[in-house]
Amino acid sequence: MAIETQPERAEPTGRGPEPAGAAARPWWMRPGAHTGVIGAVIGYFLGHWLGNFLGGDYARSSLSDTNDVAIVLGYAFAVVGWLAGLGVFNDLGRLMIGRPMPEEPRLLGQEEPGLGKYFRYTLDHKVVGIQYLYGMIAYFLTGGLFAMAIRSELLSPSYHLIGPEQYLMVVGEHGTMMMMMMSSVILGPFGQYFGPLLIGSKRVAFPRLEALGFWLTPAAYVILLSAVLMGGFPTGWTGYEPLATQATQGMDAYFFAFGLMGISMILAGFNMIVTIINYRAPGMRWSRLPMFVWSMFTVSFLQVLAVPVLVGACYMGLTDRTFQTAFFTNQLGGSSYLYEDLFWFFGHPEVYILALPGFGVISEVVSVFCRKPLFGYKIAAAGMLGVGILSFFVWQHHLFDSGINPDMRPLFMLTTELISIPTGFIFLVGMGTFWKAKIRFSIPMLFALAFYFNFLIGGISGVFLSDVPADTTEHGSFFVMAHFHYTIMGGLIFAFFSGIYYWLPKMTGYKLNETWGKIHFWTMFIFFNSTFLPLFALGLAGMPRRVFEYARNLETLNDWVSISAFLLGGSILIFLINFVMSMLFWREREVGNPWRSRSLEWQLSTPPPPENFKRVPVILSGPYDYGVKGALPVAELNPPPGVIAAAYQPASTAEVSR
Amino acid sequence: MSETETPTLAAPEPRHGLRMLVIWFVLALAACLVIWFVWKPHLPPGDMSTSAQHQQFDIAVLAVTGAPVVIAVLLYFIYSLVVWRARPGDDSDGPPIYGNTKVQATWIIGTSAIVLWLAVFGTVELIGPAGAGAGEGPQPIWTLAGKQSATWTPGTNTMLQVQVIGQQWQWTYRYPQFGGMESTVLYLPFDTPVTFHVTSLDVIHSFWAYKLGVKADANPGVDNVAYTTAKAMGGFEVRCNELCGIWHGAMTTSGQIVSQTAFQSWASGVQSQEQASGILAALPPYALVYDPTVIPQLGKEIVNVDGITGAAGYYYGPGNPVTP
Amino acid sequence: MSVPARAAALFVAFLIVVGLGVFTALYYIGSASTQLTTVHYAASGGQVDVVLQEDPQNDSATRPDWVSYYTQDPTSKQWVHTTQFSVPANTKVNVTIYGYDGCTPLRNNYFSQVQGTMGGTVTVSQFDQHGKEYVTNDTTSVINSWSNCNVGHTFAIPALGIFVPVASPNAQLSANNLCGSSPCTTSGNPYALETFSFMSPSQTGSYRWQCLIPCGGGFLDGNGGPMQTLGWMTGFMYVVAS
Repeated sequence: MAIETQPERAEPTGRGPEPAGAAARPWWMRPGAHTGVIGAVIGYFLGHWLGNFLGGDYARSSLSDTNDVAIVLGYAFAVVGWLAGLGVFNDLGRLMIGRPMPEEPRLLGQEEPGLGKYFRYTLDHKVVGIQYLYGMIAYFLTGGLFAMAIRSELLSPSYHLIGPEQYLMVVGEHGTMMMMMMSSVILGPFGQYFGPLLIGSKRVAFPRLEALGFWLTPAAYVILLSAVLMGGFPTGWTGYEPLATQATQGMDAYFFAFGLMGISMILAGFNMIVTIINYRAPGMRWSRLPMFVWSMFTVSFLQVLAVPVLVGACYMGLTDRTFQTAFFTNQLGGSSYLYEDLFWFFGHPEVYILALPGFGVISEVVSVFCRKPLFGYKIAAAGMLGVGILSFFVWQHHLFDSGINPDMRPLFMLTTELISIPTGFIFLVGMGTFWKAKIRFSIPMLFALAFYFNFLIGGISGVFLSDVPADTTEHGSFFVMAHFHYTIMGGLIFAFFSGIYYWLPKMTGYKLNETWGKIHFWTMFIFFNSTFLPLFALGLAGMPRRVFEYARNLETLNDWVSISAFLLGGSILIFLINFVMSMLFWREREVGNPWRSRSLEWQLSTPPPPENFKRVPVILSGPYDYGVKGALPVAELNPPPGVIAAAYQPASTAEVSR
Repeated sequence: MSETETPTLAAPEPRHGLRMLVIWFVLALAACLVIWFVWKPHLPPGDMSTSAQHQQFDIAVLAVTGAPVVIAVLLYFIYSLVVWRARPGDDSDGPPIYGNTKVQATWIIGTSAIVLWLAVFGTVELIGPAGAGAGEGPQPIWTLAGKQSATWTPGTNTMLQVQVIGQQWQWTYRYPQFGGMESTVLYLPFDTPVTFHVTSLDVIHSFWAYKLGVKADANPGVDNVAYTTAKAMGGFEVRCNELCGIWHGAMTTSGQIVSQTAFQSWASGVQSQEQASGILAALPPYALVYDPTVIPQLGKEIVNVDGITGAAGYYYGPGNPVTP
Repeated sequence: MSVPARAAALFVAFLIVVGLGVFTALYYIGSASTQLTTVHYAASGGQVDVVLQEDPQNDSATRPDWVSYYTQDPTSKQWVHTTQFSVPANTKVNVTIYGYDGCTPLRNNYFSQVQGTMGGTVTVSQFDQHGKEYVTNDTTSVINSWSNCNVGHTFAIPALGIFVPVASPNAQLSANNLCGSSPCTTSGNPYALETFSFMSPSQTGSYRWQCLIPCGGGFLDGNGGPMQTLGWMTGFMYVVAS
């Protein structure tokens, strides 16, 4: 039962009983990332051999000297080996052979000091959150390095630093790394860590699925990077067919990694939906849910509904390349439009999967640092849900010029323009919260302000793109690049940094250095804008995307953008230095509630106890009741025994507490 | 934007809403005037063709609609940061304003009105200039007026048909009204309605004539139709706008708008030159889409071509060498 | 961990990451065009002679079945497995291409017409594997790839408007005896010898060149693999100051 009707019984007895003898085993004998790597390597060679056995004598393989079947099967077996080595299947195995399962597996190894638990298949959502944090930072930095390579090549329209295939490889790696891996950049670190804390729950609904969702991401990361070893993929992050069927082996890495990341997103979303619906503490009504949880809830639906379409498209792309199906080949009865539609049916909700959690974090931060209730709570929630629902109806705007049925275009122009109405609600809520507030310029607040500025520009440029005649000039040009970098980097990444500066003290007990943080903010904000604002002009001047040669008169502007981009990379380096030094060396402790936030997660110790709450709290009021005289605290963390049983009448006495 | 609390101190609360409204009005008016009168004639994509002119107008209207919104939001934030920042040492909370129905309703109605206005305007601008230069697919709805004729002569307002063939990594252009002759340079006559039939022979490309304001994706096996009329003479560039492989960034050709008589003499000149050299007869008959794996000239010698493996000697009969 | 230990661990980890990054950058991403050799042709008497051949196979270990161009080094007369060469600006370039590969039709037969060369023609001779010359110095402006087995590949420099079909040895006469090793030599192998000339531009820089016949066996539309990889069927002509 999600509601603890007998909280005494539910109190865990400290550390869960470990399987006999497990505590005695040294770390390298227990399953973890190291055994996962061994499993992956064994799996890869096994799969590769199997693929050669199956597909080595296809005419196609002998003509082209490439065997995609071997590569795909190698990846598939490698992922299974990776998961097996991590110990993901151990509990399943135990069930199947009838051995007893460990009790409270989430709490296994909780009291264990040291970093070991972060490298194992740990089921505690807080550990998964920290794992996501480090993972996402690593993926972000890798994608950023590729971006530096792109801008280096674009310094000159005629002198080529890197060859044309390498340039396309770098462009594709940058785009895919960012759009694929970063879809969980806020949901992973903050969503997984704080989701249950914010709703007053001790756990997530499916801890094994949640941890599995994380451990699939390093696999997807490595597979995506392995494309570099095979010459890369020439299609950019969108993977358009039939070029994707024509490409050499790096393309398999792209499809496989994207499909794998898709599975990770589906699992994470599914878990979050069930947790938010079923595991809210008593008193946590929908109207008291923090806005960040609303954004997570909406995004989880988007993940569960839209991402399977992507997995299908990737799967079909792989079968087209390996077993010569003809889903996307025109001459043999398929259609190149099919891939475009499948991809963008996923692709548009995907960008809202990226953007909405940013809205959620900003709403939290703004309310705390204005010390005012969030203006228009219902409007904000309606905005989140409206964006989520409408995002399924706009995808054809990526295909306006592609020869789709012409009478579809006014329809999708209308829906795309309509989606700016719920997006505008976020601004209404932010602006309303600023009215007569007491604004404090902490670093999270600075990033939130930058978010509003950037997303305003990004959003308005989106309106320019939604207009079909204007889109004729802007589609596929640097205008689009500027638009999505403003919304995704200027929106999501700035929100991510806002979240990090806001929540890192809670997650780790250390705070990030203020001076470095301010330098990071100002350099990032200034250089971000100086990099991406001229891109609007470049696009309108006729420079298409993904080109390594361009008109000579655009060279000066490109050079300005490239230098700014290098400086932007420098500002991220400043953040990295701040992060590493603060966590490893300076270690300024921060316990308690430095921001004096009313939110539930700040009422707990730092870091929160392993089971989150000793007793399931009773929620007494909303988290945004600042300035209300005599406001109740947000929750009663130590409800007297029996109070919950008194409030809820079980339907039958047979209801068992868990 | 009205006051929600009664002043309890001696000095009345300044009317923030009114102040912001006045400043916004002045700034927005100035911005709109500058955009419309100073910036608009220089807006991309220029005015070389009817579609480009309409797009220029469209972008100007979008800018004039968007600028006041941007100014309003930025102004509000700057104002609030200046006026309502916490004074040092002030740790108190702000007033507990949970919402304001009037403000919310005004906002929703206002944004909906702007959005609907833009949608209607966009649709009108799409229909009016015959699809606004964007590719409309094989069955276009919004077409240009112009006489349809199998041959093209100057001064008769006949629609000029141009087929744009994209292949990796070179654009070619076929003129069916001139015997189906093909060229790597795109010449177009001045002030003539032009129909582009854009298709591809292999992967997805996209035909983007920036100064003409025409963009249409080239899909294999699909005829994508776009329209425009050139209104100024001069040169323009054609770039590929959809990633199509290694040389996508270098897939450019040049184009030229010339007078109608000059165009006719160029086109018939190329036609007779290609007839004389025999290449015109060697080209496939003009069609709206091509399947390059079927070569009629090779007749019964052709082996059933496997589209996946393509190439490498498979096209000829068993007597011919297969690339080892 | 003590502070010095942490600092040391951090430093080592940083070096490893930076090292990996630099290695990846230089080895995998760093210009294919600088990993490939460039054959430099110098002018003599106001002209420069570029000699290329295209083979049905190549001598690489990983991709032996890919069709490939080779470039002849002017001093050593060795065949180099590269598609990058440099010519001086504003010079008459005489190109000789040995075509060893069999015939394949163009996707767009327009490119059967010679464009951009001096005189608008190429001169073709065809030899069988016994050395017998059965077509001698045929100067033509069209080699139709859709009738008779006569065209193997093309050589195109689109920025200069040069499109040239490259002749192949005649199929029936050779009866499956195409060159089986590489780089190919004229003795014992059927081949076509083609010559044409053009003026190199005065603007220095890199000019891409490509083949337009889809000869990438095993790839969709034949345009993958060697067609899209520098060093095989596509490359750069660098125009340098003379």
